[in-house]
Amino acid sequence: MTPLLKVSGVRTFYGAIEALRGVDIEVAEGEIVTLIGSNGAGKSTLLMTICGNPQARAGEIRFADRDITRFRTWDIVRLGIAQTPEGRRIFPRMTVLENLQMGAVANPDADFDDGVRRAFELFPVLGQRRNQSGGTLSGGEQQMLAIARALISRPKLLLLDEPSLGLAPRLARQIFAVLREINQSSGTTIFLVEQNAYHALRLCHRGYVLANGMVTLEGTGGELLENPAVQAAYLGGTGQ
Amino acid sequence: MGHGDGRAHFYVMDYFAQQFINGISLGAIYGLIAIGYTMVYGIIGMINFAHGEIYMIGAFIALMVVVAFGIGEGGLVIVALLSALLVSMALTSLYGWVLERVAYRPLRGSQRLAALISAIGMSIALQNYVQLTQGARVKTLPPIIQGGFEFQFGDTDFIVRLSTLQIMIVLVTIALMAVFALLIARTALGRAQRACQQDQSMAALLGVNVDRTISLTFVMGAALASVAGLMVTLYYGVIDFFVGFIAGIKAFTAAVLGGIGSIPGAMLGGLLIGFTEAMWSGYFSIEYKDVATFSILVIVLIFLPTGILGTPEVEKV
Ligand SMILES: Nc1ncnc2c1ncn2[C@@H]1O[C@H](COP(=O)(O)OP(=O)(O)OP(=O)(O)O)[C@@H](O)[C@H]1O
Ligand SMILES: [Mg+2]
Repeated sequence: MTPLLKVSGVRTFYGAIEALRGVDIEVAEGEIVTLIGSNGAGKSTLLMTICGNPQARAGEIRFADRDITRFRTWDIVRLGIAQTPEGRRIFPRMTVLENLQMGAVANPDADFDDGVRRAFELFPVLGQRRNQSGGTLSGGEQQMLAIARALISRPKLLLLDEPSLGLAPRLARQIFAVLREINQSSGTTIFLVEQNAYHALRLCHRGYVLANGMVTLEGTGGELLENPAVQAAYLGGTGQ
Repeated sequence: MGHGDGRAHFYVMDYFAQQFINGISLGAIYGLIAIGYTMVYGIIGMINFAHGEIYMIGAFIALMVVVAFGIGEGGLVIVALLSALLVSMALTSLYGWVLERVAYRPLRGSQRLAALISAIGMSIALQNYVQLTQGARVKTLPPIIQGGFEFQFGDTDFIVRLSTLQIMIVLVTIALMAVFALLIARTALGRAQRACQQDQSMAALLGVNVDRTISLTFVMGAALASVAGLMVTLYYGVIDFFVGFIAGIKAFTAAVLGGIGSIPGAMLGGLLIGFTEAMWSGYFSIEYKDVATFSILVIVLIFLPTGILGTPEVEKV
């Protein structure tokens, strides 16, 4: 079966800086795939390149058997990709509800009321804050809103850039539980960037390690957790 | 002596009332033009210096339609005015749309100065285009909407006039503003516009067609300016290819005064500029009324750069 997402030989530049130097990655339908790597490795750049901003200068990105390498961002996400990018990017002068409405733009067919109900079930605090403006939410609440906003369109593929960043451990665990739940219940495919490598590798089916704009390792979550190089670089050398 | 003082007192009040009425009508018009500046600035962070010319084109189209109807009486006047309104809105919007496609979109993402120069270039080009095709002389329109109300306070001989046209200008402006405010606050398009204002690349990441949203912003600004153009044509009865320049700078001043990027601010700024101009013309010198407006622009830019209702931080990526 062809993968849902196939990134082949992708190279992305910021001016003269080559941030991705020929990246190959595959994500099959229904999978949770984790991408780990140190700061500046190019993880966020890869997620953004998949969404066409910036566009890859070389290589090919295929989604659901379509070449989307040269598509505009809004056309890409309307095919069924949602991303919570680095930095949450909540619209500060829109209410929680309006932020969720923006999440529905990519898929007018998704049942919005049902999506909101689910979002408030997953994150009850958002329901209490529904008419509060996004900019006044706490960092953690903004993170929840960002994830909820991405889920509203019921994407086939969910791209998450460090969803647990800045969250209290309990909340981080809750987020991982939510991700596993939506993957199992609705079959949403997830491609996840994480600094919290231990949790992410335990959650995922497969993982990739990115360093200096290139994939240096790949394997199942278990394999990567056992890998001494991964343990040394990303798990504090203890396996925990 | 006491009697004379009373007369003088009423005279002062009457005169003020008259300038107040004139100020509101003028301010409504400036406010409608100012919205175009403020919306475009909000969404692409650029001053569309050709917006005054868009307004001028709206005025010309409206005048041509009214003249084509032959300015009859009675029912025909309403038909002529409605046609002028609709035709001018449609064609002027088209000009606004083309302007963005031709002069601004290709430069998006390049230096701000490039877009600014392009805007000034388009402003001059549109002025010359109208001058060449319509001639340099002023075009006149005899008063179509006549009548009104007259008030007299006390036993002065000063009569305060509130014309039907002035009432119409204010009512049309209020109606447009209400529709417009609803559109921005409640519709998907309005949300998309606000999203693009706050974080354009995030809006794109959520599926908003940013190009189309920007196009529609130009179209909406142009449509409002065309209504202002029609009303000014009816109000003053004369236009030429240069009216967009002065009106444009005044509306721009209104937008800056109200807080550029803020739509209520544009309307408030428009009213304040309208008042200033009417009061200045009424009490000082009519020749220097434009100087008064431009002095406000300078003072606001120095002492209150974010305007009255503007947000201090304009996050632009
Ligand atoms: N807008 C930009 N302009 C120029 N260089 C950039 C830009 N964004 C990222 N880079 C550079 O590209 C490289 C990869 O950045 P990226 O943000 O993808 O890293 P990352 O793996 O997500 O890091 P982190 O874990 O810190 O988020 C870095 O060297 C960074 O400096
Ligand atoms: Mg990153």
